[in-house]
Amino acid sequence: MERYLLIVSTICFLAAVLHTAVELRTGVFRPMRFNFFAVGLGFIFQTAFLSLRGHALGRCPLTNLFEVFIFLAWSVALMYMLVGSIYRLSLMGAFTAPLVVLLQGFALLAPIDRPHPSRLPANPWVEFHASISLVAYGAFALACIAGVMYLVQERQLKTHHLHSIFYHLPPLADLFTAMTRLLWWGFVLYTLGIVSGFFTGHPLPRVQVVAAIGIWLLYAAILQGRHLRWLAPKRVAALCIIGFSAALVLLWGITFTAELNPTP
Amino acid sequence: MNLFCIGLSHHTADVATREQFTGSATTESIVRQTGCAEALLLTTCNRVEVYAVSDRRVSTDEIARCLIRKANSDPHQYAPPFYRYEANKCAHHLFRVASGLDSMVVGESEILGQAKKAYESARQSGAVGPYLHRLFQRAFRVAKQVRTHTEIARGAVSVGSVAVDLAQRIFGKLTDCKVLVLGAGETSELTARALVSRGVSDIRVSNRSADRANELAQAVGGCAVVPFDEWMVQCREIDILITSTASEMPLLTPDKLAPMLRERVDRPLFIIDIAVPRDVDPSANEMDGVYLYDIDSIRSVAEQSLALRRQHVVAAEAMIAEHVRDFVDSISRGINRASQISEHPSLGENPLHASEL
Repeated sequence: MERYLLIVSTICFLAAVLHTAVELRTGVFRPMRFNFFAVGLGFIFQTAFLSLRGHALGRCPLTNLFEVFIFLAWSVALMYMLVGSIYRLSLMGAFTAPLVVLLQGFALLAPIDRPHPSRLPANPWVEFHASISLVAYGAFALACIAGVMYLVQERQLKTHHLHSIFYHLPPLADLFTAMTRLLWWGFVLYTLGIVSGFFTGHPLPRVQVVAAIGIWLLYAAILQGRHLRWLAPKRVAALCIIGFSAALVLLWGITFTAELNPTP
Repeated sequence: MNLFCIGLSHHTADVATREQFTGSATTESIVRQTGCAEALLLTTCNRVEVYAVSDRRVSTDEIARCLIRKANSDPHQYAPPFYRYEANKCAHHLFRVASGLDSMVVGESEILGQAKKAYESARQSGAVGPYLHRLFQRAFRVAKQVRTHTEIARGAVSVGSVAVDLAQRIFGKLTDCKVLVLGAGETSELTARALVSRGVSDIRVSNRSADRANELAQAVGGCAVVPFDEWMVQCREIDILITSTASEMPLLTPDKLAPMLRERVDRPLFIIDIAVPRDVDPSANEMDGVYLYDIDSIRSVAEQSLALRRQHVVAAEAMIAEHVRDFVDSISRGINRASQISEHPSLGENPLHASEL
């Protein structure tokens, strides 16, 4: 049953992707309503899936790579729903949906939904640490998407070749504001995630801690560079993409090593 | 009833010919002279058209005589440029006109306002009856649908509107933008006016001739005049620079821009260089945060917009064709209904059907 919910959710996001692709192909692009409703509906099914899985496990559903991917996809959709109306009514939904489809599609197709070898006892600190970190990832993912949109828009403005997609992208100034806001949200949540990790009562793998702090330092440096006006918006956009890519590698590393060395 | 349209436009007549038929006729005079049951005169700088409904066939010459300005001129010499569309072709033509497909600049929206104005004027004079009412209401609906569901009106096609469009792509709202107009040429003035129309309130003008700078400042409305030797200082504060001086050498080069940009790393600078020869070194566009558009690149953007609009003509034509079919069907149904009412008067008790016709 719960897997069907996830399939329906993925279909909703896929509908948004296909709708965008068809409209871009025909040159008529009206992403607003359809994408928002498709992503909204997909988000509802995602939430239902996570809720059922959480009840079945008796804890936050973050016990294997499959659940981590779904939770991450849910965080991305959540951030999209939360971010201000200006971004919701823009092309951001069209850029968000493919990322969610990739995450959920991979989770559904790859054989990674393996039950944890031992029934994990509920540990509020572990659950808080994992869930808040993944919501932070959602914010970083959306900052990355805003960065991609910024670079696409900037490139078109620089080269003077304006594709029809150009008229649907938010202005550079708005994208930069969105990026900054999402970076701050992500950074605060990620900081909470890291700090709460030290209260879990489990020994923390040194490599993961160093990598997590490395990512934290990278985002802190981006925000500091932005605050002191050392970094041009274009560089902030590029760093948002690099930062999220690095964060994804770290996330994969954490879940991979956690599955290799299950802790009770 | 014959529904027809007779007129001439930029497609069939040059401006010298068009002006011979503009300005003298009114809807009332057309109704009076031709005996049409309904009539509407649509006059713009690119077209003069009469839409009418009549029991008898009204010839093109009759309409030409109504429209011609000089009473002693022979309308026959102007007959060739006139086109005539009847029944469904008339509806098809009007739907294309209202949607901007027949305009000189494809997709322009001004024609819709002009058609609405012409309709309102004819309605107030009592020359619009049920046929033209339905025809024009449908035309307005079609025009709206075409604009909403295709990209026919997308993108800017004049220097001023391209500049505004690009500025909005960079800055979003323009209300807080500071603009410096360097050189007081006509195109600069038009561009500045276009920016003011989108909410820009801080405009500074700098020109070698202070008198001309003052003139432009007054023309655009409430602009500050900056001495010409201080314009570089202003560049540190502004967001948009419109330049059109007669300088033989570039006034702005990457070397001069670099120190300014260091102070404004997170604020883009949009430069519209309309001057020929150019006032800004083209390599300035390579610098981070600088968006430089010269007259050729602005024209190129305008052409891209037009090309984009043309791509959507086919989709718009399909929409129009569908509406024409539907409109003709609805009129036919109305006519059948009317004949039933005349045969069976009890059917006429429904006021909606009666008013539809």
